[in-house]
Amino acid sequence: MTATIEPEIGKARLRKEDARLITGRTRWTDNLTVPGMLHATILRSPMAHAKITSIDTTEAKKMRGVVAVYTAKDVDPESSIGMPCAWPITPDMKAPRRPMLAADTVNFAGEGVAVVIARSAAEARDAMEAIEVDYEDLPVVLDIEEALKDGADLVHPDLETNKNALWVFDSGEAGTGASVEDAIRDAEVTVTRRFRQQRLVPAFMEPRSVLVDPTSSQLTMWSATQVPHILRTMTALTLGIEEHKIRVIAPDVGGGFGGKIGVLPEELLTVTVARKLNKPVKWTETRSECMMTAHHGRDQIQDITITAKRDGTVTGLKVDLIADMGAYLGLVAPGVPILGAFMFNAIYKFPAYRFACTNVFTNKTITDAYRGAGRPEATFAIERIMDELAVELGMDPMELREKNWIKHEEFPFTTVCGLTYDSGNYEAATSKAMELFDYDGLRREQKERRDRNDPVQLGIGISTFTEMCGLAPSRVLGSLDYGAGGWEHGAIRMLPTGKVEVITGSSPHGQGHETAWSQIVADQLGVPFEDVEVLHGDTQSSHKGLDTYGSRSLAVGAIAVVKAAEKVIAKAKPIAAHMMEASEDDLEFANGKFTVRGTDKSTAIQDIALAVFAAHDLPDGVEPTLDSEAVYDPENFSFPHGTHLAAVDVDTETGRVTLRKYVCVDDIGVVVNPLIADGQVHGGLAQGIAQALYEEAVYDESGTLQSGTFADYLLPSAADLPSFTTDRTETPSTTNPLGVKGVGEAGTIASTPAVVNAVVDAVRHFGVNDIEMPTTPMRVWTAINGGPSDAGGLGSESGGGLGSIDVPGGQQ
Amino acid sequence: MRITVTVDGTEYSDDVEPRMLLVQYLRERLGKTGTVIGCDTSNCGACTVHLDGHSIKSCSVLAVQADGSEVTTIEGLARDGTLHPVQQAFHDNHALQCGFCTPGMIMQSVDLLADNPDPDEKAVREGLEGNLCRCTGYQNIVKAVRDAAHHMRPGAGPEAERVDERTPSHAAGGE
Repeated sequence: MTATIEPEIGKARLRKEDARLITGRTRWTDNLTVPGMLHATILRSPMAHAKITSIDTTEAKKMRGVVAVYTAKDVDPESSIGMPCAWPITPDMKAPRRPMLAADTVNFAGEGVAVVIARSAAEARDAMEAIEVDYEDLPVVLDIEEALKDGADLVHPDLETNKNALWVFDSGEAGTGASVEDAIRDAEVTVTRRFRQQRLVPAFMEPRSVLVDPTSSQLTMWSATQVPHILRTMTALTLGIEEHKIRVIAPDVGGGFGGKIGVLPEELLTVTVARKLNKPVKWTETRSECMMTAHHGRDQIQDITITAKRDGTVTGLKVDLIADMGAYLGLVAPGVPILGAFMFNAIYKFPAYRFACTNVFTNKTITDAYRGAGRPEATFAIERIMDELAVELGMDPMELREKNWIKHEEFPFTTVCGLTYDSGNYEAATSKAMELFDYDGLRREQKERRDRNDPVQLGIGISTFTEMCGLAPSRVLGSLDYGAGGWEHGAIRMLPTGKVEVITGSSPHGQGHETAWSQIVADQLGVPFEDVEVLHGDTQSSHKGLDTYGSRSLAVGAIAVVKAAEKVIAKAKPIAAHMMEASEDDLEFANGKFTVRGTDKSTAIQDIALAVFAAHDLPDGVEPTLDSEAVYDPENFSFPHGTHLAAVDVDTETGRVTLRKYVCVDDIGVVVNPLIADGQVHGGLAQGIAQALYEEAVYDESGTLQSGTFADYLLPSAADLPSFTTDRTETPSTTNPLGVKGVGEAGTIASTPAVVNAVVDAVRHFGVNDIEMPTTPMRVWTAINGGPSDAGGLGSESGGGLGSIDVPGGQQ
Repeated sequence: MRITVTVDGTEYSDDVEPRMLLVQYLRERLGKTGTVIGCDTSNCGACTVHLDGHSIKSCSVLAVQADGSEVTTIEGLARDGTLHPVQQAFHDNHALQCGFCTPGMIMQSVDLLADNPDPDEKAVREGLEGNLCRCTGYQNIVKAVRDAAHHMRPGAGPEAERVDERTPSHAAGGE
């Protein structure tokens, strides 16, 4: 048994996860079958808002293979079951009941009205088509500004308003800064803009699926979920099943990006019908079903006012958001825009700040967390308006940023929101990025092409961003009225043969926890990387956890594992001392061995594991186990940051945007596995760039999702993206023992404004000061030819104009 | 209807409904769940397999159309415990994260390399246009396909396909 000498942390280890994934030996939920399993399909409303006047399931029940057809009155006769919302952001927040199946009224196109259970999925689908439902139209609420007006049609008339909640943070009132109204009154320069965050579809590749077996002593639910632990507790609370009688397993999960953090009506419906029939039942959605019913992301109107002195020093920032919740509240939906509240001020030293967000109900699919969750929206708005301010002041946009950002010697720095950024070095990341990008050279080329009226114009976009990661210190979540803590659990089992099982409560779905956690534990215990097995995603083995979202796995979950490893060593120490007949005070632990200072005596952690297993000769009173667990609650968020630079070619004759060069330098603290970190950045960039250029969930005036398939929703392919230049600076976080910060969301948060800034920069000389996302050829061409107020005007095709919020001329 | 299909080297004979898709036949009848379904409009390519040596989207082919044919799935690509060079390259270049698109992506890449043994970056990107990935941003997939091409070049025997000596060198992150 050789101990590792070279640290594992920092090594570009190839992933342990890959072996099964590249050979097709996968355990996606839909791959699983259990004896006697039945299949469920859900009939969904084609109407966005309607009364259900009748449902006739008679014919469907007679069809071949059909076991049962249920409607709301069968699965929830009391009309009492509602999906949980864990984040009541204000005491007076309005929260409609979100049923498993709609009983009397459907509130968005796609809402379930009946469920068919049959011997095969095909037979269930056939029978679904034989169900007759009659609807009576109700007025459809789509426009979030109109929805807030007096006398507006209501999504939920019993709530008497479409407003879910108003949440405000004011630095003057909070005592963390000055009053923004004073800043606006005294401003030398004021810039105001309205930005639109279009509605996006998370579009994880694996459609959602759930299989429930009620026949074992614990009801077992396999689900394509990011949050098996939350799902277990919420299933117990929502359906009144005792928690210890539920086991949840997240087997291989094919991506999530926030899109799989829900507690779904489909999950609880499958539990309910499986229990009614006392048979295993599986539900797997089609992609079209997924697009229409799995939660969407973003969808905000952002009114931003920034004030500054003539010399470029920023003096205030005022943010007014309207956020579309859709028809109901998702698990953490009301809080998603609030996560952005602390990030609009970004890396800049604003003395005064006010944030107000109004959440609104509409007859659309619910929104909830999507990669970045509130922080991409905030970063977009601040980075866009910094460019607009730079134009107003006649300054270079990077010079303006540099004038206002927190200098590296000023850390730790408490912001106008009251958050303390522990570390960072914006100068270092920026100078590295500018050099890799050849910023000055590209600016020269831009001038030269502009001077000769090149029909293809070059645009340069900047985004200097930070984010708050590692969700989250429990006391902070408590202060924000979140329904749970932000800790994470980790455990280590030392097996008799010296091998190690690591248990993590952070349930991965593509992030590579098995590899990264193995590296971390190999270093902590001095055991070979190969000797570590990481267990997760099954509440029987990993009984405790808060799962994976908010770039928390490494900065919170892995730290719990580190703390558990420290306990293993602490437990081993008296046993090692006993074995070597030495005093504990003389022992040192390094590279997997205890050594006795000043002698050549040593004993390996594996030998101690075996001695503990035998337990023949342990010191008095010592428990015969090295196994340890820990729960880690972070003291602070982590604050990754970086500088992202985009160069685009914009064909002014066609409006086509080509992303020519993308450089990012991220500072994510200490890097455990550079291969995995780079992969996270690449994927994040692709999603953020796609928001800037390609993607939009579009509803027509009747509330039908027009971009409801991959044929209509422009998910970028390999041919739509360039290769990225990614690099790093490394400023360790000072608030966790590994110095890590988190990387899962960085690329998505940073890239969207960099690309849009570049597009606007390319055509600004035509009088353009904004183009709505996605910056499609039509929108860009229209902006060039019609000025800013026409950009994003009416159109009916996906990505063409009507827009996710359905505001005619919604841009201005 | 009765069909006879050879899948990953084994011959199967089954009665199938005329409407059954090849991907459903593979998954539901043969238990070949390595091939997955990602969409219902043939856009995502997750279900890509080879039919008589050419890549097809198995959601767009009826099982009966495969009668008398030979189908290769991701599960039949490795031979005698040795990964196909494309599988190995996906591992070596971290060309997958959640791995859901990976079977289709690998099968399409094998087909692409059969048509063009030495594709440049643009050719790889265009050749994979019908396969969607949400995790990787495609960068490492493109790299893996070109790496596989390198190892599959004429004269590059099985020895060369084992890339033990090569450790990824992207530690600095620059691509």
